[in-house]
Order: sequence, then C-alpha cells, then structure tokens
Amino acid sequence: MSRQIFEMSNADPAALVAVRQRCAAAVAKAGMDELEEAWAALPERPAYVWLRRPETGLAMVRGRIGGTGAPFNLGEMTMTRAAVQIALPDGATVAGFGHVAGRNGRHAELAAALDAMVQHPAWRDAVERQVVTPLAERHRARKAAQAAAVASSKVEFFTMVRGD
Amino acid sequence: MEPATQAIDAARLAPGLADPVHGAQSVFRAVLDAMARPGRIVAVPENVLAAAPPAPLGRAAASVLLTLCDIDTPLWLDRRTQAGAADYLRFHCGVPLAADPAAARFAMAVEADALPPLDAFDLGSDEYPDRSATLVVEVAGLAAGKSGGTALTLSGPGIAGSAALTVDRLPDGFQAQRTALAPLFPRGLDVVLTCGDRLAALPRTTRAEEI
Repeated sequence: MSRQIFEMSNADPAALVAVRQRCAAAVAKAGMDELEEAWAALPERPAYVWLRRPETGLAMVRGRIGGTGAPFNLGEMTMTRAAVQIALPDGATVAGFGHVAGRNGRHAELAAALDAMVQHPAWRDAVERQVVTPLAERHRARKAAQAAAVASSKVEFFTMVRGD
Repeated sequence: MEPATQAIDAARLAPGLADPVHGAQSVFRAVLDAMARPGRIVAVPENVLAAAPPAPLGRAAASVLLTLCDIDTPLWLDRRTQAGAADYLRFHCGVPLAADPAAARFAMAVEADALPPLDAFDLGSDEYPDRSATLVVEVAGLAAGKSGGTALTLSGPGIAGSAALTVDRLPDGFQAQRTALAPLFPRGLDVVLTCGDRLAALPRTTRAEEI
C-alpha cells in the first residue's frame, strides 16, 4: 500500500489533486476539537515556516439556480487563508495552502500544514489514514444524523387531480 | 490588464515579510526617510524578511516591493528579476505584472542598463502627478561622499546646501535623462536605488550633477 502511494507521489498530477481535494474538504468541514486531536495523534509533524500568515477576509459566494442557471452573487462569506512551507531533507520544499470558512487562524494553519504533508509520500499515508478518512467519516455521520432527524418532519405535497 | 494569469510554482516560493503589518510599516518609514532626505543612505530594518529573497533581488529591493506593491500597482520587471522573482512578488503582493513600462506604477531593475528609456514610463499627469511610476534600481555600490563609481552632487528640496552620493554605477545617459525630465515638474519619476540592505532615493525634485 505505501509503495503504491509512493509511486503515485508526483507522477500522476490528477491523483495528487484528488488526494489534496479530499484532504482540504475533510479538514475544512471538521470541528476544531476533532482536528486538533487528529493532528496531535499524527506520528510525525514536520516543522514548517509561514509563507503567508493566517489572513481573514471576504470571499464572494456565487450560485446557480438548480446548479445550471446563470451564475449570480449569493453573498460574501468570511474566510481565512494561510500558506506554509515544509523544508525537505534533500533541500526541496513543499508548500501547503489552507482555506477555511470563518475566522479561526489555527484552522487555516492546520489545513495548510496538512495540505503540504499530503503532497509528500513520507506523510501522505499517515495523514490519509489518521486525519482525512476519520474526519470525513464523522462529517458523513453528522450529516446522516441530521438528515434522519429532520426526515420525520418532511411533508410531501401532492396535487390531486379531480376526475369528474 | 494581464491576459492569462500564469500559475505560481508554489514549491519554489520563499517566505516574505516576517511580520507583514509592522514590517511593512518600518520599511515604509525607511523609504519615507530616504525620499525626504535625497541622497541619505538608509538601511532597511534587520529581520523584516523572514528569509533571504529569491535572486536577483536584494533585501532592500525585496522589502520595498513587498511593502509598496499591491493589486492596484502594476509592476514592470527587467528580464533577470522576471526570471527569478516574479512568482515571489505575485504571491506575496498579489501584484499584476506589466509588460509595457507605460502601464507600470512600479518598476524593478537589477541592472540599470536593463531599464528602458525613462520617458517610456508613466510620468503622471499635471492633474495627478502622483500617478507616475517609481523605479527601484539595484546597484552594485552606494556610498555617501565620493568614491569609485558615478559621483553625484545632489541639491534640491530636503537637502541643506548639497549632498554627495556615489553610485556604482548609474547607466550611461541615466542622469541626462533625469535632467531632461526635470522641466516637466510636477510630472516626473522617482527613483529608489537599492544596494543589498541599504537604499537611497532620488525623487523627481532632486537635481543631480555628475562630477
């Protein structure tokens, strides 16, 4: 398994993008408590330097009616971004970028650090196994629990056609 | 202004200002002091940059650009700076790069000879002379008084009597071109000369004579 991941390292850009997207999504949707816990449990946490300290700003959220209509501006949301860089033993560097909703700088910092780690074969496996998968799983469970909780109040509307 | 934006190669980025807010304020003060006292050599504060800037930028030049450039100030770069530091400046400042000197608010050259003719830059207008370009030029040597290189005698606002500045070296004709722009005041160009972690300014009001 680890050998396979190693070979995937940077040879296949599409696979690398997919891994980073999974990681970014899981980290962005996670709560801070569970994220800190998963981070602290990682076997190795490399030192990193700031490329960009956490900055809070606004991003315009755009939408399309039904997912297909003309795009419109839905409104602005607060978001925080950060970028870090990990120096590798061979002199190369790997940069990670974090973007999260809200104004928690530490959240963006961890998102950036994990994004950098998941790009390197030395850490990718551990991050996937111990951070991305469990966080994504818990997010799915939370969504499912909420969907189940509100499902009982769902009302179906039918149009009765009167046949005379 | 920029057609297609090229992706930044994130793996080769160097960190920028160590503390963006206070670092930019202290560098701004250094530039302000240099502009107010033309010919005075000012050192940018130590450790404003978190790491060495990418070649060919010196510490002073990188600090000045990181402090002054942003998304509203198109930046013209000479070929060597373009090759070595374009991504660094675009990432940290969000600055658009201008291929045409006339569209640039700032220009950076590591070799003075790489500068296009000075009147190719935006000199501002009589209504808005502040919209002119500011040139940042890296030179090999910068010294108060007279020594090797182009020795200048400076006079004008901000200078009591006259001041001596030696630059190693200004390109041929640079001084003549600056003199030719002087009658256009209030339009004109401001120049910041950088050398390692030191800088000096030649604002448009400063008369300089080669000796």
